[in-house]
Amino acid sequence: MSTDVNFTEFKSDEQPTWCPGCGDFGTMNGIMRALANKGTPPKDTFVAAGIGCSGKIGTYMRAYALHGVHGRALPVATGVKLANPDLEVIAAGGDGDGYSIGTNHFIHAVRRNVNVTYVVMDNRIYGLTKGQASPTSHEDFETGTTPEGPKQPPVNPLALALAAGGTFIAQSFSSDARRHVEILEQAMEHDGFSLVNTFSPCVTFNDVDTYDYYKDAIVDLADDEDFDRTDYDQAKEKILDRDAEYIGVLYEDEDRPSYAQAHDVSGDMSRLDETPPDGVKDLVDEFY
Amino acid sequence: MHEDLNWAIGGEAGDGIDSTGKIFARALARSGRHVFTSKDFASRIRGGYTAYKLRTSVDEVQSVVDRLDILIALTERTVEENLDELHDDSVIIYDGEQAGMSNFEAPEGMTGLSVPLSDLAEEAGGAIMRNVVALGAVCEVAGFDVEFLDEALEKRFGDKGSSIVENNKKAARLGAEFVAEEFEETFPYDLETTDNDYLLLNGDEAIGLGAIAGGCRFYAGYPITPATNVMEYLVGRIEKFGGHVVQAEDELAAVNMALGGARAGARSMTATSGPGIDLMSEAFGLVAQSETPLVIANVMRSGPSTGMPTKQEQGDLNMMLYGGHGEIPRFVITPTTIADTFHKTVEAFNLAEKYQIPVYLSIDLAMAVTEQTVDPDEFDIDAIEIDRGNFVREDEVEQWQDDQGRFQPHLPTEDGISPRTVPGTEGGIHMSTGLEHNELGRRTEDVDDRVEQVDKRERKVETAREREDFSPREFGDPDADTLVIGWGSTEGAMIEALDFLAEDDISVRYLSVPYIYPRPDLTEAVQEAETVIVAEANATGQFADIVEHDVLERVDRINKYTGVRFKADELAEEIKDILSEPSEVIA
Repeated sequence: MSTDVNFTEFKSDEQPTWCPGCGDFGTMNGIMRALANKGTPPKDTFVAAGIGCSGKIGTYMRAYALHGVHGRALPVATGVKLANPDLEVIAAGGDGDGYSIGTNHFIHAVRRNVNVTYVVMDNRIYGLTKGQASPTSHEDFETGTTPEGPKQPPVNPLALALAAGGTFIAQSFSSDARRHVEILEQAMEHDGFSLVNTFSPCVTFNDVDTYDYYKDAIVDLADDEDFDRTDYDQAKEKILDRDAEYIGVLYEDEDRPSYAQAHDVSGDMSRLDETPPDGVKDLVDEFY
Repeated sequence: MHEDLNWAIGGEAGDGIDSTGKIFARALARSGRHVFTSKDFASRIRGGYTAYKLRTSVDEVQSVVDRLDILIALTERTVEENLDELHDDSVIIYDGEQAGMSNFEAPEGMTGLSVPLSDLAEEAGGAIMRNVVALGAVCEVAGFDVEFLDEALEKRFGDKGSSIVENNKKAARLGAEFVAEEFEETFPYDLETTDNDYLLLNGDEAIGLGAIAGGCRFYAGYPITPATNVMEYLVGRIEKFGGHVVQAEDELAAVNMALGGARAGARSMTATSGPGIDLMSEAFGLVAQSETPLVIANVMRSGPSTGMPTKQEQGDLNMMLYGGHGEIPRFVITPTTIADTFHKTVEAFNLAEKYQIPVYLSIDLAMAVTEQTVDPDEFDIDAIEIDRGNFVREDEVEQWQDDQGRFQPHLPTEDGISPRTVPGTEGGIHMSTGLEHNELGRRTEDVDDRVEQVDKRERKVETAREREDFSPREFGDPDADTLVIGWGSTEGAMIEALDFLAEDDISVRYLSVPYIYPRPDLTEAVQEAETVIVAEANATGQFADIVEHDVLERVDRINKYTGVRFKADELAEEIKDILSEPSEVIA
């Protein structure tokens, strides 16, 4: 691992418009640190994001980035990674982005197992539209659009990922910088699709899922000596247990080949000659 | 003796109709005859009437006509469906021993040949070969040497082993021999062959081939009739050139993946049909706003909604031109022939990268599923050039940075075309966004930035108008008083319609338009003509509206929206009708 990349290289000269105290600062700083620790320079990093507060991450990071449309960060990240496997591709989104409008892409990105690290800034609310219920909001969470609460159970993103054949399923807390970076580094090292659902509190609109709440509720799996993250049944048990807010890597399957391995995709597709290669003539001959 | 032969095989979907048709088409192409095919198919996997039709001549054939000379009827319905096109010299080949066909009699005046297709196929090695037996019978009727089928059978069954190929050859011969021995009729068909050797391919395949030749390396798509064949063509082939195809979970994913591939620097494409374009509209705006080079192929079918998915229409012009919220520049290219589709696909990739703009490349179902013979000279790979536009490498990046060393991916240059770097390029780091942005790609709502960027994007279109040739293809008599304008797949039928019109001493100038946006200026041609007719396969005359808008003159219209492509003879009749009517003043 090269260590000559300083994490400040990843800082853009743009001033974030996130609210002071927003969990997204910590989420983003963790990504930058993990990339630097890994030795990936900004020029080889691609950040794909959607819409909302989380979508702004590409603006505040110094890297190749696309701030796309709501819910579609994963297909973009998939395209980038397959077209150039040499890049470190980070997809970033929010809970609405990933588990509502983009759920279909989420499930299929997990199944596909493309080597992308997906960081979801989960604040359990729609922040940028000023405080409506999100798919991860609690059943009784009162908002302008759900005055009596959504009255539906919140999505369990980790369970969705497990059911879809996820090979790296993790959860972190944006203000626990050390653990957040550790988990992200492991996610980036994993050859396959990595989900890191990051508790990233919204200090303006969510007065339930606060820093204080998480500090009390979080259970770090690193402290559980009996927990084996490669054990599917143990992972399932933790993932389905919604009474605790687990952080750490809940499940890792290192055996299942990544999409690139399974489909033998390896080259940088950006390089082209000025004329078509000889083999194209053989394609024409097929039509005789 | 008829100069060209119209042949069809019809039965139920799942009867191997398509495969049989292709074998015959290929055999004819190898014998130096031109072939033009069409298909009647329904939106179901098994059952229902389906047919593969083919017209063949030693001269180029570019259209279907209302005549059917030899028909293999696997079901009685096949005959009913085609009754209008059958005539006194028609020969119908069927299996009178097959259930449901034992009481079949050819309509009055026609020749019905009952050939024990299944029995002879069994004799050759398996009942599955009954269609090949029928093809052998067709050869005998058509005066076409059954040996011409051999190579096509080898191609079709070669990977199943030599004994399968030999059995099929035998099946064909048994069919031919049966007809020769059992029937005394002499048939009015005797197919001439030549030394020419033509390529045989359809429009979807031409897009696929053009894409690979044009440097496309990343394709993401979602299956939809009639565009799926583009994806099926690419899979297994694009990999040999370092490329890859992803079958996405939906059209939104497909276009966003292709966008991702393009941003990583790969020539990228997706292909879909109308309903898929609707779903891609959201990302289309992002592609345009972020100035990402992307080719989106729209293989049109009959709409709206799910419409008639297996039928023909040129109904998506307005959507491709105006679809998407806000105002965004895009190119819309509508190739007019299969060879043209190949070249325009290559050009679409060049234009996309030169102008960093989304390009709609659109053909319609009729051309997409039609196999047609083309001169191999029209597929000159050596003539292809790949132009990546202002694709900036690491050693050139400095001149495109601002005074703080930041790369400017949306720099408002004189021609509107900005520099472009891809990830991995040191010094070229930037972000892109669907939000309005400044020259750095950063979000802005500043009045000056906004106007500057809108103008910059539009300026690319003006630059393209200056630098590229968007001329129409011209046919017929350049001095004729009557001008017919068409676009897309109408060309073949219209060129043959010119011959029909010439028989009545009607001379026509015909302009076939492959570029809808930016498009050629037709003002002069319209003003010079006495009668201007725009022919297109839609109900409302979408291109006719455009012509009227551009030249501020009313035009006559021929619109066909039955779901069936234009036929040369009917097109000629429609034109004659318009010319014979006193011109109406439209209030």
